[in-house]
Amino acid sequence: MSEPAIIEFDHFTFQYYSQAEPTLHDINLKIYPGEKILIVGPSGSGKSTLGHCLNGLIPFAYRGEIQGSLKIQGLETRDLDIFKLSKVVGTVLQDSDGQFVGLTVGEDIAFALENDNVPTAQMRERVAKVAQMVDMDSLLSSSPFELSGGQKQRTSLAGVMIDDVDILLFDEPLANLDPATGKTAIEIIDDIHKRSHKTILIIEHRLEDVLHRGVDRVIVINDGHIIADLNAHELVSSAVLVDNGIREPLYVTALKYAGVKVTSEMKPGHITTLSTELSGHALQLWHEKVKTAAPENRNPSVLAMENVSFSYDGKRPVLQEINFDIREGEMVSVVGKNGAGKSTLSKLLCGFEKEDRGRILYRGEDIRDKSIKERAEIIGLVMQNPNQMISKPMIFDEVALGLRMRQVPEEQIAERVDKVLKVCGLAPFKSWPISALSYGQKKRVTIASILVLDPKILILDEPTAGQDFRHYTEIMEFLVEINRMGVTVILITHDMHLMLEYTPRAIVLAGGRKIADTAASVVLTDAEVIREANLKETSLFALAQLAGIPEGTRFVQGFIDYERGLKNR
Amino acid sequence: MNAKLKLFSYNMADTFIHRLSGVTKLVCFLLLTFAVMFSYDIRVILGMMVLSIILMRMAQIRFSQIRLMLVYVLIFLLTNAIISFFFSPEQGVKIYGTKHAFAEVWGISLTWEQVFYQVTKFFKYASVVPLGMIFLLTTNPSEFASSLNGVGVNYKAAYAVALTLRYFPDVQRDYHDIYLAQQARGLELSSKAKFFDRFKNSLLIVIPLIFSTLDRIEVISNAMDLRGFSKSKTRTWYTSRKLSRQDVLALVVSAVLLLFTVAVSVFINRSRFYNPFI
Repeated sequence: MSEPAIIEFDHFTFQYYSQAEPTLHDINLKIYPGEKILIVGPSGSGKSTLGHCLNGLIPFAYRGEIQGSLKIQGLETRDLDIFKLSKVVGTVLQDSDGQFVGLTVGEDIAFALENDNVPTAQMRERVAKVAQMVDMDSLLSSSPFELSGGQKQRTSLAGVMIDDVDILLFDEPLANLDPATGKTAIEIIDDIHKRSHKTILIIEHRLEDVLHRGVDRVIVINDGHIIADLNAHELVSSAVLVDNGIREPLYVTALKYAGVKVTSEMKPGHITTLSTELSGHALQLWHEKVKTAAPENRNPSVLAMENVSFSYDGKRPVLQEINFDIREGEMVSVVGKNGAGKSTLSKLLCGFEKEDRGRILYRGEDIRDKSIKERAEIIGLVMQNPNQMISKPMIFDEVALGLRMRQVPEEQIAERVDKVLKVCGLAPFKSWPISALSYGQKKRVTIASILVLDPKILILDEPTAGQDFRHYTEIMEFLVEINRMGVTVILITHDMHLMLEYTPRAIVLAGGRKIADTAASVVLTDAEVIREANLKETSLFALAQLAGIPEGTRFVQGFIDYERGLKNR
Repeated sequence: MNAKLKLFSYNMADTFIHRLSGVTKLVCFLLLTFAVMFSYDIRVILGMMVLSIILMRMAQIRFSQIRLMLVYVLIFLLTNAIISFFFSPEQGVKIYGTKHAFAEVWGISLTWEQVFYQVTKFFKYASVVPLGMIFLLTTNPSEFASSLNGVGVNYKAAYAVALTLRYFPDVQRDYHDIYLAQQARGLELSSKAKFFDRFKNSLLIVIPLIFSTLDRIEVISNAMDLRGFSKSKTRTWYTSRKLSRQDVLALVVSAVLLLFTVAVSVFINRSRFYNPFI
């Protein structure tokens, strides 16, 4: 490329004033006009900080010390302000709901123009044009409450494209999206790239999902350093991902389990480019060898719904004729797109809402007359965002809260809290303030504060949202341990990896009805269910097809069992 | 929960009043309110009240939408009337210069002057309410912000109003979720608990609500900075509309009504009060 770089980091170091160590160390990186770059790294690696440096939030909103140079379009960024930078770099933030500033789609798209004092008539014209580019032109007067996650994201995208920026920066675009919407988001970004030839940077830790479409280069960041700068094929066939706590694509893991040495000649960057000429045979052999021996759970029923229907307003049904029976000690996921009725289901179970028809049974007994407080001693709910639950400054007090409100004697409280803290690996932090904990540890505190009431069933809403591979594994393995102690675990989730790897059984909701209730490997290979519930087919299934293995579902199940076997060893 | 939101919600319809721009409605509201506030002439005030009720009909505002508000206002006005009577029972006599007593309560003489004065005052406040309701219920919330800015309010302050409206339902939903989750942990907020305990317990909802709202604020303020909010001293509004002939008409009519009220006071009553006792 003879063109000059559009973004150029030169011995760039950044340290937040609030931190003792620099977050970015001696970064050297050139990005050329029209490139599409993926930046991956675990939480705390500095990848978001890098993004903030590009869009000007550093040093505008987050202060710190900058050394070295960062030039965008040949201009030193420290001489620009956030407003000038925003004309060059358009940023789509991860929380597509939180960044929706306007009261309607049209207003939100127009926001940047309003701030530029563009006359109203001209503004309307430009908004209409950009809205058309992202297929939102028929929804200009809709409010954010009427939109799906994908539509909100399209709106955010239009809102930054309206400035005709040269660089588009996506900060974790897949967070909070269901699998199918995430897939569409990657397709939209790719289409925009192909049509406009803008420079595109995607910051994400969900590598496989981004690699649904091509990228020019993948840059791996960890501990504030650039670890690798490779194309997708080279990266996936190297050891960089595993070494840096980034999840490699599932099909690559499967290849490795089958004893195949993954090389860049196989074009393993994307499942669509992967060649299985050399590996097909090994995969087939492995598939034959793997034993699928998940022991069936024959425990008595612990929680069941019988013909449960519910509606908030008496007109529009949110749940219709739901039936299921969960046995003691099971680990089940409840999946489905936003608005399918997942959270309503958990509200009914906790007694926050009362079913209109049907029965909810705990060990065969109807629990209709139990109050919220009484049900909490059977069924505990852990909310998605730990900040929504934490109300005490100290860890001990937070965990003890539920017991204190039940007038349990203080000596008993101390004993029970200690026990739970130990189980949750929080014992060393017993007398710490909660503010000193990391996100994952806070999550544990909220789980501990529910477990202390000794519930038989634990419901968790998106327990791993926004977590990188390491934290995800930590939280999930912790839940597996709790599950082994006899607590039945129900997970409400969008995360297909979670569902596949940790829950032998998945209940799928769509439009308020249960459309499937079977093994996760069956759900994620059933085209009809996948389409109806906004899920995405697992790449393992595609791999099985590529390798000429006809029983794709059994292949996926074999993979799960094999992996479980490795973890339990 | 939806019913609660309705209290603030804008009433989508296509009427003459809805079609007026937000600025027009705000200015008309201010002009007419000023007129009513200026005049103590019950004829003018009742005239204004009839007009605002007609306007409310035109805007297709149903009684059920304003019932709650109306109850609050009536309670306020009645309390106000009773208190002001006991504080200055001779106010009417002072104003109108005559004294026609017709009864006595606890040693305080009731005069026709006082009754007339308080009835006038009652209708004066009461007639502002329909005007305010019309403005609130027929102005799209985001137009509301742009109209505030249009009459000279700093745009950052005006936008704060719009943002409050935008995020109010989100925060309300958070509150509801937190409330339920804390209830599951054993929180008691019913009247069974003692007042001090209830206060202490409500902190268990408020603290998580503040922290999750702070998270939200960080995201919003970053999103706004990144799209150039507050970079210049002025801004334009997507929702602002050019003044149409109807807007001009409405403005002129309101201005004329204000002038008329002032004229009635200056030339006919020769005071802000209409005096039927002389």
